[in-house]
Amino acid sequence: MRVVGQPIRKKDAMALVTGKPVYMDDVVSKDSLIIKLIRSPHANALVKKVDASRALKIPGIEAVFTWEDVPGNRFTIAGQTYPEPSAYDRLILDQHVRFVGDAVAMVVGADEQCVDRAMKLVKVEYEVLPAVLDFHEAMDNEILVHPEDDWEAKCPVGADNKRNLVAHAEEEHGEIDRVMSECEVIVEETYHTKANQQAMMETFRSSAYLDEYGRLVILSSTQIVYHVRRIISTALGIPKSKIRVKKPRIGGGFGAKQTAVCEMYPAFVTWKTGKPSKIVYSRVESQIASSPRHEMEMTVKIGAMKDGRIRAIDMYTLSNSGAYSEHGPTTVGLSGHKSIPLYNQAEAHRFVYDVVYTNVLSAGAYRGYGATQGLFAVESAVNQLAAKLNMDPVEIRRMNMLREGEIMPAYYGEPNNSCTLDRCLDRAAELMNWNEKYPCTDMGNGKVRSVGVGMAMQGSCISNIDVGSASLRLNEDGYYTLKISAADMGTGCDTILAQMAAEVLECEIDDVVVYGADTDSTPYDSGSYASSTTYITGKAVEKAGYALREKIIKMAAQMMGESKEQLEFTGQGVNNLKTGEILSLTDIGTASMCGNTMALEVTESNTSPISPPPYMAGMVEIELDKETGHVEILDYVAVVDCGTVVNPNLARVQLEGGLAQGIGMTLYEDISYSERGQLLQNSLMQYKIPTRMDIGNIRSEFCPSYEKTGPFGAKSIGELVINTPLPALTHAIYNATGLWFRELPITSEKIAMGLLEKEQCE
Amino acid sequence: MQITITLNGKKITEDIRPDLLLIDFVRSHGCYSVKRGCETSNCGLCTVFMDGKPVLSCSVLAARAAGHQIDTLEGLQEEAEEFGAFIADQGAEQCGFCNPGMVMNAIALFRENEDPTDDEIKEFLAGNLCRCSGYEGQLRGIKEFLSYRKKRGESCE
Repeated sequence: MRVVGQPIRKKDAMALVTGKPVYMDDVVSKDSLIIKLIRSPHANALVKKVDASRALKIPGIEAVFTWEDVPGNRFTIAGQTYPEPSAYDRLILDQHVRFVGDAVAMVVGADEQCVDRAMKLVKVEYEVLPAVLDFHEAMDNEILVHPEDDWEAKCPVGADNKRNLVAHAEEEHGEIDRVMSECEVIVEETYHTKANQQAMMETFRSSAYLDEYGRLVILSSTQIVYHVRRIISTALGIPKSKIRVKKPRIGGGFGAKQTAVCEMYPAFVTWKTGKPSKIVYSRVESQIASSPRHEMEMTVKIGAMKDGRIRAIDMYTLSNSGAYSEHGPTTVGLSGHKSIPLYNQAEAHRFVYDVVYTNVLSAGAYRGYGATQGLFAVESAVNQLAAKLNMDPVEIRRMNMLREGEIMPAYYGEPNNSCTLDRCLDRAAELMNWNEKYPCTDMGNGKVRSVGVGMAMQGSCISNIDVGSASLRLNEDGYYTLKISAADMGTGCDTILAQMAAEVLECEIDDVVVYGADTDSTPYDSGSYASSTTYITGKAVEKAGYALREKIIKMAAQMMGESKEQLEFTGQGVNNLKTGEILSLTDIGTASMCGNTMALEVTESNTSPISPPPYMAGMVEIELDKETGHVEILDYVAVVDCGTVVNPNLARVQLEGGLAQGIGMTLYEDISYSERGQLLQNSLMQYKIPTRMDIGNIRSEFCPSYEKTGPFGAKSIGELVINTPLPALTHAIYNATGLWFRELPITSEKIAMGLLEKEQCE
Repeated sequence: MQITITLNGKKITEDIRPDLLLIDFVRSHGCYSVKRGCETSNCGLCTVFMDGKPVLSCSVLAARAAGHQIDTLEGLQEEAEEFGAFIADQGAEQCGFCNPGMVMNAIALFRENEDPTDDEIKEFLAGNLCRCSGYEGQLRGIKEFLSYRKKRGESCE
């Protein structure tokens, strides 16, 4: 391949490194009304009265909107394909506020100063209600987070608002109870992960204006333009034909912007006032009223034989959706569906889950989407099983892992068409020098060096649901326009999709101009999430490329008065094999603009009945200080099977960035609440994401399989890569200290205190 | 209050509110490269030069910059392009939102220390957060740039 597989620079790279104004708040109209939100100080309350009379007297204040002003249509802000699995449980503003930080009123004014002043003058009276803060106590609690009668679940996900239940399901394969009873060794443990924040550098933001046709145009930092159009249409009760949604450059998403966290506010204000408006969340708001990872508690029971054969996996996940249901019914599924299949040799498995409402901020989609949590649990349990059996944890994986060609009962019964996980693990062990380093070396100075391992899988789309589309057009001068509605949020999809188009059209990357995403002019795409852009939209690009080649040949045949069979597409133009006549793309493109009836433009859509998993093995070496509990990462080895690597630079940086986020989640990114439900880590001062001092050395390699259903053999990479640090670091910490930690983050304090306790016991 | 600031070489005299932050001053003058990421001086996105030294413009009052020279990436386009190309060649710019602050601070590092070690690079840029890249690609880009500059320096001599 000529273009696919090359480390091509991102198309927008130079604009980004030189600081060009390409993000929403750089390009939005300077006349936009400023919207800020008054937020509830209570975890559960009814808004009895909002007195805005003094606020409205501040010069420049346009309006103060409350629940009494907004439409009464319930909707979900989860960016999912209709009918969404997430329940319709939101209003733009609700009289019932359900977590500390829930929106009570919009204060709208000409500039920040007047809005800030007015915010302090709005008086809100609440009827404070008792709250459900502990997700263990949520199900069937007498306090209901959503008592309202117009709550609606559009899909049969086992939801019941009168039980605080967002979703429930059970599945079983094989005779789990019998097989488990036959096992010689059982490991059963419970693991807990928190509502980690994506903490993308650009906080949530959205803006709106009316165009020359009186339509509502939303310019938003979003991964899901088409879903936003539907969500706003439902929320405002106006037809979709009245709404256009566009995205500029996005300052990071990681799933956060797969939820329409703030689009409804400027959409409402502009629709109501006719004036342009915008909302830019502060970092505090992005921490306390956003769309973080679902807090989960997973109980994993693994049954094995003394020789290390894993025969049964039984898993129960309790997931905390918070005050609203966004992505609650779907994230939880991945905790089992993308962890249990790794041990596909098991004869039986059971996976049961409950997802509950509580009075804390609602969760959403964050890279890994439940798989991260589930893999932490299952991989940690397997490491513990190896320790119990006194087996090498790499060896026990070799013995039990899934293989290429198998059917995966715990993964929707899909076939494992492409998989080099066995080789990824072997190569990682080789790079890490595992046999020599496992489990640890006492450095004799109070420090221990140790290693740990974890494997991971993800998906490459949502099977039978995700749709990706691409339009390709030949222009005069022979260059192409590629239009997509996938959202490049820094991942580089504009570039890798252009690489695929250039590969098919046998041209250079610079011959393909990319535009996206805009619901008025780019073709339907469910959006950039679920790791689907490379696999789903990529295939649509490939199809569009071949369809356009055909059209170009057809056009050339007309121009030459020749039959198609005699003609050959060369990338530069079309050759007549019989006469040797050559038409350049410029000739053909130019001819298409004069006296022509055939559009040299095609649109292709794509979906997939399967979601081929990418795989990886991760190994870490740490140095742990037994006095302070400090963990220093010395070396991280990652070997990845994402199918064909479309752009090695961008894939590598995805991998490194994902590992860094996983490291942060494992070691220090914490979320906790006060007794009244206030989220305490509400800034980057308290919520510590890794700096460049914390990452250590990362060594990465790719060990590609070939996925025949993917574009050029590609699968996904974006989400997979966050998953291994959790089990690998937890394992390394065990190998250094003899302590298993089952709740994240594993802070230095916890390690030091654990060692102290252990010492006192001994 | 009235202040005069030299912004990217251009003298600007303006009546400002006493509580105006430098970041809002420079953005109101079209310097959109300067980004706000945290409001608590943790992220480094809002880095600008005051008299050639990097400062966090979210934590400096515009009034404090009165009489001083302020430079943003808009005024350092050549340097940004030259160095930024090495970040781009790693694919390490990713979403790009943190890039201007990081590039500013990297330029400050290169001016201060011609031949920094890996540890010196990491330490100098520790206050520039990036959530996309995992920092490794940025480090590779910086090292490539330094070796390019070294070679260029040698060939000039």
